[in-house]
Amino acid sequence: MTDNTPVHDVIVIGSGPAGYTAAIYTARAQLKPLVFEGTSFGGALMTTTEVENYPGFRAGITGPELMDEMREQALRFGADLQMEDVESVSLAGPVKEVVTAGGETHRARAVILAMGAASRYLGIPGEQELLGRGVSSCATCDGFFFKDQDIAVVGGGDSAMEEATFLTRFARSVTLVHRRDEFRASRIMLERARTNDKITFLTNTAVLAVEGDSTVTGLRVRDTITGKESTLAVTGVFIAIGHDPRSELVRGAIDVDPAGYVVVRGQSTETSLPGVFAAGDLVDHTYRQAITAAGSGCAAAIDAERWLAEAHTANEMIGAKS
Amino acid sequence: MSASTVTVTDDSFATDVLSSATPVLVDFWATWCGPCRMVAPVLEEIAVEKAGSLTVAKVDVDANPATARDFQVVSIPTLILFKDGHPVKRIVGAKGKAALLREIADVL
Repeated sequence: MTDNTPVHDVIVIGSGPAGYTAAIYTARAQLKPLVFEGTSFGGALMTTTEVENYPGFRAGITGPELMDEMREQALRFGADLQMEDVESVSLAGPVKEVVTAGGETHRARAVILAMGAASRYLGIPGEQELLGRGVSSCATCDGFFFKDQDIAVVGGGDSAMEEATFLTRFARSVTLVHRRDEFRASRIMLERARTNDKITFLTNTAVLAVEGDSTVTGLRVRDTITGKESTLAVTGVFIAIGHDPRSELVRGAIDVDPAGYVVVRGQSTETSLPGVFAAGDLVDHTYRQAITAAGSGCAAAIDAERWLAEAHTANEMIGAKS
Repeated sequence: MSASTVTVTDDSFATDVLSSATPVLVDFWATWCGPCRMVAPVLEEIAVEKAGSLTVAKVDVDANPATARDFQVVSIPTLILFKDGHPVKRIVGAKGKAALLREIADVL
């Protein structure tokens, strides 16, 4: 059955800045990329507010708008964008196979992996039970529902600061709960949250459980220094404790590090399998910015293009000998 | 907005959804919600494919807060499947087409 399907030059899996940039570059290089955007197309930026630091947009641009622009740019050069999720892949050998959630098999000589990262959850009692009933990982989506209410944000990085600051537009008060008293957040984001009258910092505090029956009524917390437990009365809890690479699809097939990030060779985007390249948050546990993801998506496209050209030349030489 | 989905408001909800003879999958969404944009085209496809056996309706929570409140929607996208006027299935967050169809298959 699959032997009759065409073999594409390149398949891109993922649709954040890395995936779309890889799509733009490979499409412009006439490689006619087939791109599986998946359900979470647009990636992590779809849940952010203003992106203030993407070069070229001096007045800022919202995450979804930026992703719309990248998507349209990929379309302009003829990328074949498919909104399907990928169910499984087979990456060894010269022809790679990608099977969609709909059960279709697609083949290509090169594959660029750009599945990004997924929000991490705390894994505490009540969290999953109350997801969508007061527990949220998307402040821009759900802040609106907490007008004049008391809510909490859990986390200490840039996204926690951004969410807390954003949520003060709606909430009466925002308590930022953080396990330690040091922050991973950048100084500008931290200062912005610190100077906001509506935000209270609760540091050295571990979250034990989300309380509530049909909706959230509070957070059970413990002071990590005194060991004292208490309940913080809130109706909403926004989780912003970071992300995990979405590498489930390829674990076992290519090398990933202990945290699940895909391992690439040196400064390239080459994975442990020939013809398979990886970019963006799937690889990067250091920078995790839209611009670095886009940059590595570009690198993956160029690596794939060169690899295809070399493989083609090698084939021709074999052909000439016989 | 395309013709395959039905736009429902606070005023028309009872007529269009609760009194509907066919099951209605209601998408609670808003313009400022990124993941809602992700799930929208998937819902358009489902609306076309399931035409006749399932209606896909859209409620903009910004303009229609009462309906969202009535069904305790505090996270979007939330999809609620109504059958004979009752909510029978609730799906929170953007999901793929295959996953969505799987989730509503046992109820339809």
